[in-house]
Amino acid sequence: MKNNDYILQMKKISKEYYGNRVLKGIDLSVKAGEIHAILGENGAGKSTLMNILFGMTVIHETGGYEGEIVLDGETINIKSPVEALDFGIGMVHQEFMLIPGYSITENIKLNREITKENIVSKIFGDKLKTLNLKEMSKDARKALDTLEMDIDEWVKVAGMPIGYMQFVEIAREIDKKNIKVLVFDEPTAVLTESEADNLLKAMVKIKESGIAILFITHRLDEVMEVADNITILRDGELVATKKNNETNVMELAELMVGRKIEKVARSKEKQDTAETILSINNLKVMMPGEEVKGLSLEVKAGEIFGIGGLAGQGKIGIANGIMGLYPTSGEITIEGEKLKLNNPQDALKKNIAFVSEDRRGMGLLLDTSIEMNIVITSIQNKGTFIKKFGLFTQINNKEIKAHASNMIKELDIRCRSEKQVTRRLSGGNQQKVCIARALTLEPTILFVSEPTRGIDVGAKKLVLDTLVKLNKELGMTIIMTSSELAELRSVCDKIAIISEGKVEGILSPDASDVDFGLMMAGEYKKMHNKGDELQ
Amino acid sequence: MIEKKELMEKTKRFFVGNMVTIVFVALGILGFIYSGLSLPFFVNELFIRITRNSLLVLALIIPVLAGMGLNFAIVLGAMAGQVAIIVVTHWGIVGVKGFLLCMLLAVPVALIFGYLTGSLLNKTKGKEMIASLILGFFANGLYQLVFLIFIGTIIPMQNEVLVLSSGVGLRVTIDLTGGIKYAIDHIWRLTIPWAALSTSILTMLYISIKFYLSKTRKTIKQMTTAHLYYFSAAMLLALWSIYIMNTDSLFNMLRVPIITVLAILLVCLFTVFIMKTKLGQDLKTVGQDRHIATVAGINSNKVRLTAIMISTVLAAWGQLFFLQNLGTMSTYGSHEQVGMFSIAALLIGGASVSKATIGQALLGVVLFHTLFIVSPLAGRNVFGDAQLGEFFRAFVAYGVIGLSLGMHAWKKQIQARNSLKG
Repeated sequence: MKNNDYILQMKKISKEYYGNRVLKGIDLSVKAGEIHAILGENGAGKSTLMNILFGMTVIHETGGYEGEIVLDGETINIKSPVEALDFGIGMVHQEFMLIPGYSITENIKLNREITKENIVSKIFGDKLKTLNLKEMSKDARKALDTLEMDIDEWVKVAGMPIGYMQFVEIAREIDKKNIKVLVFDEPTAVLTESEADNLLKAMVKIKESGIAILFITHRLDEVMEVADNITILRDGELVATKKNNETNVMELAELMVGRKIEKVARSKEKQDTAETILSINNLKVMMPGEEVKGLSLEVKAGEIFGIGGLAGQGKIGIANGIMGLYPTSGEITIEGEKLKLNNPQDALKKNIAFVSEDRRGMGLLLDTSIEMNIVITSIQNKGTFIKKFGLFTQINNKEIKAHASNMIKELDIRCRSEKQVTRRLSGGNQQKVCIARALTLEPTILFVSEPTRGIDVGAKKLVLDTLVKLNKELGMTIIMTSSELAELRSVCDKIAIISEGKVEGILSPDASDVDFGLMMAGEYKKMHNKGDELQ
Repeated sequence: MIEKKELMEKTKRFFVGNMVTIVFVALGILGFIYSGLSLPFFVNELFIRITRNSLLVLALIIPVLAGMGLNFAIVLGAMAGQVAIIVVTHWGIVGVKGFLLCMLLAVPVALIFGYLTGSLLNKTKGKEMIASLILGFFANGLYQLVFLIFIGTIIPMQNEVLVLSSGVGLRVTIDLTGGIKYAIDHIWRLTIPWAALSTSILTMLYISIKFYLSKTRKTIKQMTTAHLYYFSAAMLLALWSIYIMNTDSLFNMLRVPIITVLAILLVCLFTVFIMKTKLGQDLKTVGQDRHIATVAGINSNKVRLTAIMISTVLAAWGQLFFLQNLGTMSTYGSHEQVGMFSIAALLIGGASVSKATIGQALLGVVLFHTLFIVSPLAGRNVFGDAQLGEFFRAFVAYGVIGLSLGMHAWKKQIQARNSLKG
């Protein structure tokens, strides 16, 4: 190979969006058969760099880029995603590019179907060639075998577990014969821990077959596990490129955010004498993929109560059920009063607020301003921020603006103004807008689901700090659901682990890793019951 | 117990899944009973209408699969067909030759109309149905402008039979008798028993050959029950037709236009073929998810354009078959309701905005026209008022679209609820 074995080199890449420099002379060199991780907070320039590599139209519409891309020793100029594919650059997308109604084979061979001639195609051209399904499934089988997937290639994608879908997506990329560089864009974000493990193993296998992998992620432990080299970006600049064996998680985190991470301070002086503010009895929630199956739980006033567990076990369903967003049965008592089920308005009336895990889908009105997002629920349910003129009501713009700018300052929401639409905000800032809206309701109980999902390390800490501050200063009861155990353990007073739609057990954050592990796997009760029998 | 429950669930799912069709089957049977029509008369009437209308309904399938919904703009295809008829009638070319010339002439016109329609629908993504509906109305205006005002003024045309006595504009009805009327239908006709007998013999032959071939390939297991059913059904049909032939039943007097039936069969085969090609796969991909298709490098706009152009050409030919059977062309009216009627038929057959099959199209034609035939008489017999029957007929045509769209929406809700339970 030419050029010191580097298969892909990006030299002095710079990019300006309307006079705003988002990339400042980035150098990136990747060898064939290596996993190269790219780390950086949101807005650090990772996506822009990848957009340039893929020749996305947004780059060329805004005046192109500076610098040089060398693939396999030749300088190339990629003008469209299709061209990128022709050059042998593939991408495993964060959101799945799969057609649910198609079989795995059809998805793997999407727009690369193998065809054969027939009489009609000889006259009217290639488009009318018939599909050669036999050859197609042969290729699909080969790609699946490479990944050691024993699922049948004719199975429809609809209804498959998410982890499998990700593998189909990868199988599609490695089926492309000329693939040289494969980009994984936060592939583990939607996976459970065991699925993520499998994925990392598959990545190693792909790399061993001589393909270079660019691995974009937030999860530092995964980087340490598989990456050979790590490039860290911050604010559009290259901070460092490190070899795996020369660095560690703490250093990477530090380089990424540019400031030391400290554990969130947690108040210890909570008494067990506090009253029960929320009690749940035999709760069942029909939330697809996160079903709750007869769960009972009690939460004391003034606590930060954590709900953890693996994906799909039902932890997400609890808050959604209490808020009345999915069909629910059971008994919920708030401060001694029964909550009307399947009735979001009643939940809001009882001073419960909810920050949804589905920020973009359920949490935000994406094309509406920050200030309206903050006050809309209060306007609807509390009748605040409006002026009354007899029968008619009008929005009180002045009050809204004052409140919004106050919130923006309090929660440190980075934006141009309170009138900015929320779609363009980064994940962390969107999350803060959601929290601001919940706070505007002045709740006594605040449900927060996956508050740090898809947010970079720096913003994570700010969000968690905010929650702790609310709990301390306002005495707000916070019930936080999260997939990240470390995060729960850093802020919560108690953590309930959910397994198969029920509470497996409640632990203090200082409990041993073993106990947490057993509960997550749903083995804790079994083991202890056995112990009881023996005694 | 559990098995019983499962069976209950299964039947329930079947009824919910085919709600629309089942309601119309029931209406059709009730209507037939109350109309007091004789079976041969009804069958004859139905056959005429099936051969007349099937092609137009089949023209709707491909756009549905491409995710563009129900193509109300087949009205434009019908116009293209009529333009060809007007030209050919003016030239005085008659019979089969005239009809083939119509088919040939209709293609470029339909392709242009289809291209324009497709371009518009590419600009109104997500609102294709309302866009194509309104486009049909708008095109009708242009059509009238051309044939009512431009003929004789801008477009010189000397033809006393076609042009109004004032010398400007076409006559309201054009008689195709002696022209292309029955050009295809009367090439070759068989009586119903004979047609049934030959169909059943062909079916039995086909299954036998397939069975014999599969034996050598050791795939017998894959083709037992279903084929056995078809085989015995064909056998029964053959026995029935032989029995009828030896009676003096009225069925022996009724004749089926074989070439037209073959043409319908050919279009069915064409649709199946297209869906098995690369183009068909692209169509389905774009239909399922346009964004993913684009990322995979499929030019979704071009694919959608192709779908609409194919649909428009098929509709133009469909209108030609329709008019050669009807025998008179209402210059300004024949095309108007083509979109509405065809879509109503397709929906009754159990198709939806996002899913349609050939079987659904053909079943829809049968059910829709059954209702059309029986409803006026049934209305009169039940309510004692011919006016009510007429009203019911109009209701069938228009109400059906709203009703079945509504029922589909309802069905979707029920299914969503069921999937939550299961």
